[in-house]
Amino acid sequence: MALSTSSNFAKPDDAFRAIVEAHRGLTEAQSADLDAALVLILANHIGDIDVLRDAIVLAKRRMLDTSRQQQQQQQ
Amino acid sequence: MAQAKTQFGYRRHPDQDRAGANVAEHAVVVVGAGPVGLSLAIDLAQRGQRVVLLDDADRIGEGSRAICFSKRSLEFWDRLGVGDRMVEKGVVWSVGRIFHGASQLYQFNLLPEEGHKRPAFINLQQFYAEAYLVDRVEQLPEIDLRWRNRVIALESRNDHVALTVATPDGSYRLHASFVVACDGARSSLRQMVGADFAGQMFEDQFLIADVRMTSAFPTERWFWFDPPFHAGRSALLHKQPDDIWRIDLQLNSDADPAVEKLPENVRPRIARMLGHDKFEFEWISLYKFQCRRMAKFIHGRVIFAGDAAHQVSPFGARGANSGLEDAENLSWKLDRVLRGLSPEGLLESYHVERGAAADENIRESTRSTDFMAPATRQEARLREAVLSLAAETEFGKRMVNGGRLSVPSVYDTPLSTDDRDSWRGGPRPGASMPDAPVTDQSGSSTYLTEAFIKQGTRFTLLAFGNGAVIDVPDGVGTLRVGGGLVDIKGLAGQRYDAEPDTAYLLRPDGYVAARFRKTSRLALDAALARASGLN
Repeated sequence: MALSTSSNFAKPDDAFRAIVEAHRGLTEAQSADLDAALVLILANHIGDIDVLRDAIVLAKRRMLDTSRQQQQQQQ
Repeated sequence: MAQAKTQFGYRRHPDQDRAGANVAEHAVVVVGAGPVGLSLAIDLAQRGQRVVLLDDADRIGEGSRAICFSKRSLEFWDRLGVGDRMVEKGVVWSVGRIFHGASQLYQFNLLPEEGHKRPAFINLQQFYAEAYLVDRVEQLPEIDLRWRNRVIALESRNDHVALTVATPDGSYRLHASFVVACDGARSSLRQMVGADFAGQMFEDQFLIADVRMTSAFPTERWFWFDPPFHAGRSALLHKQPDDIWRIDLQLNSDADPAVEKLPENVRPRIARMLGHDKFEFEWISLYKFQCRRMAKFIHGRVIFAGDAAHQVSPFGARGANSGLEDAENLSWKLDRVLRGLSPEGLLESYHVERGAAADENIRESTRSTDFMAPATRQEARLREAVLSLAAETEFGKRMVNGGRLSVPSVYDTPLSTDDRDSWRGGPRPGASMPDAPVTDQSGSSTYLTEAFIKQGTRFTLLAFGNGAVIDVPDGVGTLRVGGGLVDIKGLAGQRYDAEPDTAYLLRPDGYVAARFRKTSRLALDAALARASGLN
């Protein structure tokens, strides 16, 4: 199975909101703890190492894109 | 240690009196009389090869080294005639428990099913294992074990290796068709052939203490993350024979070894762990771990095995056990090559199979070590998340890595014949033979692994059902379950996914070379040729 990047939630705003609200009132360190647990729980739920690897690639590529954009803005 | 001889004398050998160019020539010289070198020499000798075994010391080393020997290693030692003695002395175990803080996260059983001759593991001090192996060596006239013989120079020639060996009487020369270097992690032979030994060094230090005490702790492997007696770090407790307990404590990477090692500093920490201080130290040492391997295990006619070829962290019992698997993998191949039954190319499969096994062992033990000693703040966070999730979820428990214990590798190897028939289970080609209880012709209880040994530890056809008798090539043993052997509990059939006429071709090391739903002589000959390196 390939990583699905089409929109899977009927109400995407609800999903985004649920995650945001989970972080409300947390310190940076607490947020990082929460994210670590959340990633592991969701990764296990997906249960497909190829999908997980694709997701990691997508997340990392976005990081590279962001840092490239920042560099261009600075130039 | 009263019952085992550990000190041996140097004896001058006639090879040392040969003059000038009249150098003694031997088929195999094994360097290093540790568990791997001793086991290899015994296996070769039992196959009829004469072996010169050199060791630079004259005694079996004491102290805290390997303690966990796997089922696979015990099955190998059964073939060498020392399995019973190891198991009688050893502490049998199969259950491990993992704790986080003061509470147990989960427990696991490494051999949850019945019907195997050998347990998942025994714990036995390495010096006992070596002493029993030396006793066996002394029963075999084919082995010439020379203590205080240190290889100081090695020269590779086309058809032999020339060794210079230093002894208390001065040095002498030896020629060998093949040299097997089992001379440990600091292998001097590895340096002599100029081979690399690349890998990863771990910064964290671990303190290993063997303590003597009488205790009611069960014979299980107990592992703690962040225990109350050793906050923030990990700890391991494991029983050995003679009321000796192995304790392994993770220290900070900046801990001062000289200070940490002092008994007055170690004692209070262990007293907190055990809840009392009624124990004596047998041994204390500090370790840093490395995971590394040689790129090639074969350098011309010099072959590397055990720690000389690969090194892992100890979490997982993958050091000595993988070395013993090297020995069982190499000996039958070397025997065939020396007899001219197989081309030298067969030896390359040793490098292919055991190189892949070394990669697997390094991967597993690196992951365990990384889990115990996270490298970054975020890695530590992920580790903490796993540990906290483990308390209430099954997936969390299975992600906790307190050491993944050694199981035999499954080889992807040119010696295997790919499956053509359909299988729902059973060992695939490249996997080691599962054990099962059977009765033999006289009605006595035995095991498949024992029956395999009685067939001569050679290529053996393991056939099921009482169908047509298969005409097997010369030199191939036959085991018939349902004709000769009786599958009293039905476990053999189950573990081999057997139907009438199912047959497995086992290699001399007990690995599956090929399997058939219906065997033809033609298919058997082809599989045998392939497994012998003949095509």
